[in-house]
Amino acid sequence: MSTVTKADSAAPAESAHPLAQRRPLGDRGFAILALASGLLVLVILVLIAVSTSQQASAWFSAEGLKIFTNNWNPANNQFGALAFIYGTAITAAIAVIIAVPVSIGIALLLTEVVPRRWARPIVYVVDLLAVVPSVVWGLWGILVLAPWLQHIYASIASGVHGIPVLENLFGGSNISGASFFTAGLILAFMITPIVTSLSREVIATTSTIDKQGAYALGATRWEMIRGVVWPHSQGGVVGAVLLGLGRAMGETIAAALVIGSSATITSHLFYPGYNMPAVIANQFGEASGTFRAALMGLGVLLFAFTIIINVIARGIVERSARRARGA
Amino acid sequence: MAVTAQPQAGPQKVDLREPPSWRRTKNRIMTWLMILAFVLTVIPLGFVFATVIAKGASVISWSFLTSGIPPAFSPAGVGGMGPAILGTLEITALATVIAVPLGILGAIYINEYGGKGLLSNFIRFMADVMTGVPSIVMGLFIYTIFTLHFGYSGLGGALALACLMLPIVIRSTEEMLKLVPDELRQGSYALGATKSRVTVTVVLPAAVGGIVSGCLLAVARAAGETAPLLFTILTVTSVNWNVFSGANTSLATQIFSNATQIYPGAQARGWGAALTLVAIAFIFMIIARLVTARFARYQN
Repeated sequence: MSTVTKADSAAPAESAHPLAQRRPLGDRGFAILALASGLLVLVILVLIAVSTSQQASAWFSAEGLKIFTNNWNPANNQFGALAFIYGTAITAAIAVIIAVPVSIGIALLLTEVVPRRWARPIVYVVDLLAVVPSVVWGLWGILVLAPWLQHIYASIASGVHGIPVLENLFGGSNISGASFFTAGLILAFMITPIVTSLSREVIATTSTIDKQGAYALGATRWEMIRGVVWPHSQGGVVGAVLLGLGRAMGETIAAALVIGSSATITSHLFYPGYNMPAVIANQFGEASGTFRAALMGLGVLLFAFTIIINVIARGIVERSARRARGA
Repeated sequence: MAVTAQPQAGPQKVDLREPPSWRRTKNRIMTWLMILAFVLTVIPLGFVFATVIAKGASVISWSFLTSGIPPAFSPAGVGGMGPAILGTLEITALATVIAVPLGILGAIYINEYGGKGLLSNFIRFMADVMTGVPSIVMGLFIYTIFTLHFGYSGLGGALALACLMLPIVIRSTEEMLKLVPDELRQGSYALGATKSRVTVTVVLPAAVGGIVSGCLLAVARAAGETAPLLFTILTVTSVNWNVFSGANTSLATQIFSNATQIYPGAQARGWGAALTLVAIAFIFMIIARLVTARFARYQN
């Protein structure tokens, strides 16, 4: 049976009339053009890696493993970048911790709770968060949000005074409106739309029969979500969260404006800090020599981190999507 | 029990619902938490829009949109953002001209030529990954391969924006091409058309609404980008009509430099520029929605 169909489909190609094989030049040209444009994506990614690492090589060779020390002093030609890596990790973590519960909540609200005709306007509103340009978030963050948050930070800091762990996180005397936490908060606003829409896609693939089964057994909506939707979507949601993390790490301008621009490693979240994209944006213009190479090197590290996170996240999302289709 | 307390109650209502229990309470709490999550996103969004509109509208006038950028210390009401608006439009338009054809061609390769092959799957995957590359890295990349050799120009900024737009255009176009039914292609092949002809005259027109709307969303995204422009256009204050050479400027980078100024006048101009930028992004988004509603034949 299968051999017959195979022979059938092969036959026309074998016995094709010479005319059919002479593909017009334009047709072949178009195919090549399309292939070249597709390959362009790969070419650009490789070129980014190669060209920026080349520019950064002076930093890597001058400092060696000292690039991972906490010693950033351009005036003395010392370029240890640990403070920026720390700042990137901490702000991205704050952003994810704030944005993920909110995003999953909205995704569940859209798929399980509200009727379909309400879902669309809610999606529009959440997507509007992504329409506001990064620099506008930053402008608002530094001129409106940060001065306002400063008072709140101050009262929180006096509230936790003397409490062991909390004082190390939220206390201290150096609190500032422009800080790790403000940056994390703004980044959280910015990554909410993408985490929401990806989680929603995953959650929407839960099979209706399973959901109805849970209801038929007497489950409340929340029990149904815990028992059916969550086990089904867990993997995909983790992928969505990782993608949000990658976005939060690379987001530049908003963070550059509200992070406070001080290369320090501290557990105090309300202190001014710095992260990798922000230091590149703020200092690249006046840098030269090894300084410029060091900032370029931070770009290389940032590229490497985000590529790794994105590859893992996309892999997870794709695998869970494939499983959902197969099931 | 309640019945004995109110003996005068008329026809008995039978409540078949389960009595209030922790399970139902928990369900209700969780539902309210989901609604709260949505409210929590509306608050900053409304706050941002209200501030931008309130502070921006008091600055914006015809002369703000057209006159030159004054020194930072000038009071509010002097000068405007003319060169920056021109720069944003020039650079975004050039980036669109570069990225859209390449992106559509790339999507055509993935969906029409590559099919389910290994290479097209790999390109699709890497295009997804490329949407996650930080915009500042794109700026550094174009700085190394272009600006270092040819100097600051609008073209450099456009190239950086095009790198950001390319994967978005590819992915959204590909989604639209996927929706075009195969019968259309087969019908066209049956009439003896070549593959390129089928693609250009049948598949693309069938998907054009969705493709245009996807491209407009990419343009809206690119118009607001700052980081890729910082090191590629240099952000001057003078007008530059020539996008291909000479340092240029843009709304986004002007907002970035005004945000760190202590002068109230500079901050006011920053808010005006922010409102202009948000309005530009909005116009593209609304046109995209209208195009989808009016012209998209196949929607998912």
